[in-house]
Amino acid sequence: MADRKIVDAKNTFCPGPLMELIANMKQAEVGDELAVLSTDEGSANDIPEWINKMGHEVIESSEDSGVWSIVVKKTK
Amino acid sequence: MKILIVGGGMGGTILANNLARKMRNELKSGKASITMLSASDKHMYQPGLLYVAVGKMNPSEMYRDQVSLLEPSIEFKVDPVTEFNLDDNNVRAKSGTTYNYDIIVIATGSCTHAEGTPGLAEYAEQFYTEADAVKMYKKLEAFEGGKVVVAVGVPHKCPMAPLEITFMLVDYFKQRGIWDKVQLHYTYPIGRTHSLEPVAKWATPEFERLGITYETLFNMKEVNENVVMSEEGTEAEYDLLITVPAHKGMQVIEDAGLGAGGFIPTDRKRLNMEGRDNVYVLGDTTNLPISKAGSTAHFEAEALAENIASMMTIGTATRDYDGKVFCFIEAGDGKATYAMFNYQNPPDPKAPTAGIHMFKTAYNKMYWASARGLL
Ligand SMILES: Cc1cc2nc3c(=O)[nH]c(=O)nc-3n(C[C@H](O)[C@H](O)[C@H](O)COP(=O)(O)OP(=O)(O)OC[C@H]3O[C@@H](n4cnc5c(N)ncnc54)[C@H](O)[C@@H]3O)c2cc1C
Repeated sequence: MADRKIVDAKNTFCPGPLMELIANMKQAEVGDELAVLSTDEGSANDIPEWINKMGHEVIESSEDSGVWSIVVKKTK
Repeated sequence: MKILIVGGGMGGTILANNLARKMRNELKSGKASITMLSASDKHMYQPGLLYVAVGKMNPSEMYRDQVSLLEPSIEFKVDPVTEFNLDDNNVRAKSGTTYNYDIIVIATGSCTHAEGTPGLAEYAEQFYTEADAVKMYKKLEAFEGGKVVVAVGVPHKCPMAPLEITFMLVDYFKQRGIWDKVQLHYTYPIGRTHSLEPVAKWATPEFERLGITYETLFNMKEVNENVVMSEEGTEAEYDLLITVPAHKGMQVIEDAGLGAGGFIPTDRKRLNMEGRDNVYVLGDTTNLPISKAGSTAHFEAEALAENIASMMTIGTATRDYDGKVFCFIEAGDGKATYAMFNYQNPPDPKAPTAGIHMFKTAYNKMYWASARGLL
């Protein structure tokens, strides 16, 4: 399986989960998977929105006890 | 106990001064020593760059001699580190000297990485170094009207700077009497106008009131003459492009393999480098998912100073860093507000006021007391 890096953005407000993901995506290789952990409900929408706009892939999105886990794959 | 602090910026300086006061007796008796290695004999008040870029501060006002900010018991050397040998508890510096330590604190900061965006250095203005801020001001002075675009890279230090420069540009153009000839267009990497939702909720109607257009989910990919392209596939034409380029940590950090992009994996409460218990990281150099801001470095330094001092005296740390950040936000029109938050509590910024702007203006001078660890 490709590397899966955890981007732990729980309990942080600025720069926030999406900005953390954007920064981490820059360092990732094509094919890498990143799991963003977020306590911000908005992440469940704004991360997939950006991923789709960029043409990357959302692998899974789930919530457990207020923590959203959104796994994405860098495709280009 | 030899304490080595690498970096004489906001984080390193406050830490060194707080430690020197807490460990006065140990330093006096020779039981402990504090050495600071830095890359410059000058300390720059970086927020001053915003004002330099719009002609509201003379560059020389941004600097003090680093030695003048430090407690006399701190040994200070301008000798930038070139190699980190963490397994051997030493670093090698530019002079060729090897410095041994028992505890090391790394606070080398972050800097813009314009080269990561093709065309940016050639065509765009920036204001994150003195030379760039002065160049931007000269460009502004020669500008007679047209489309001005603000574009922002990720990550970047000072999360408020993109908004602040936008509102400061409005004031600048109004004061020059050419605001009616300017179309100001703001772009931002995520899906709202600022990373902090309450700040975005305040800024977006302000943009609409002032006639500033904006585009969100815009990550700079490439800059050409008169057009900037986004990773998302859109583009914005400009006559003048003002940018906050994406940042990196210092090259020496990346070269030493301490962290991708020059940012060191750091424990969010104890601030030790992950997997090491005598290596600590402060300020912009951490990989923590919090604002790269002077206030972050300041509050981290206060917590770490308490912990290092208590480890010396009672053998254990006593305090967690709680994620506290405090940022002023210059809102233009002689007003400002602020955002304060930590790991648990979101910010709740109030409407900008003239009083907070005056306080921020005063803080531009009070900063030096803060760096001395007195505020
Ligand atoms: C335009 C602008 C506006 C800003 N506005 C604000 C604001 O309003 N509020 C706010 O809180 N923050 C603001 N900031 C951010 C703030 O200045 C930084 O986040 C803060 O300085 C970070 O502190 P630091 O100690 O991590 O790094 P720095 O203060 O950058 O210090 C790094 C130090 O490391 C030294 N160094 C570098 N390489 C080496 C080496 N190899 N060996 C030894 N030493 C080395 C440097 O000489 C320097 O002394 C602003 C920044 C800019 C550029």
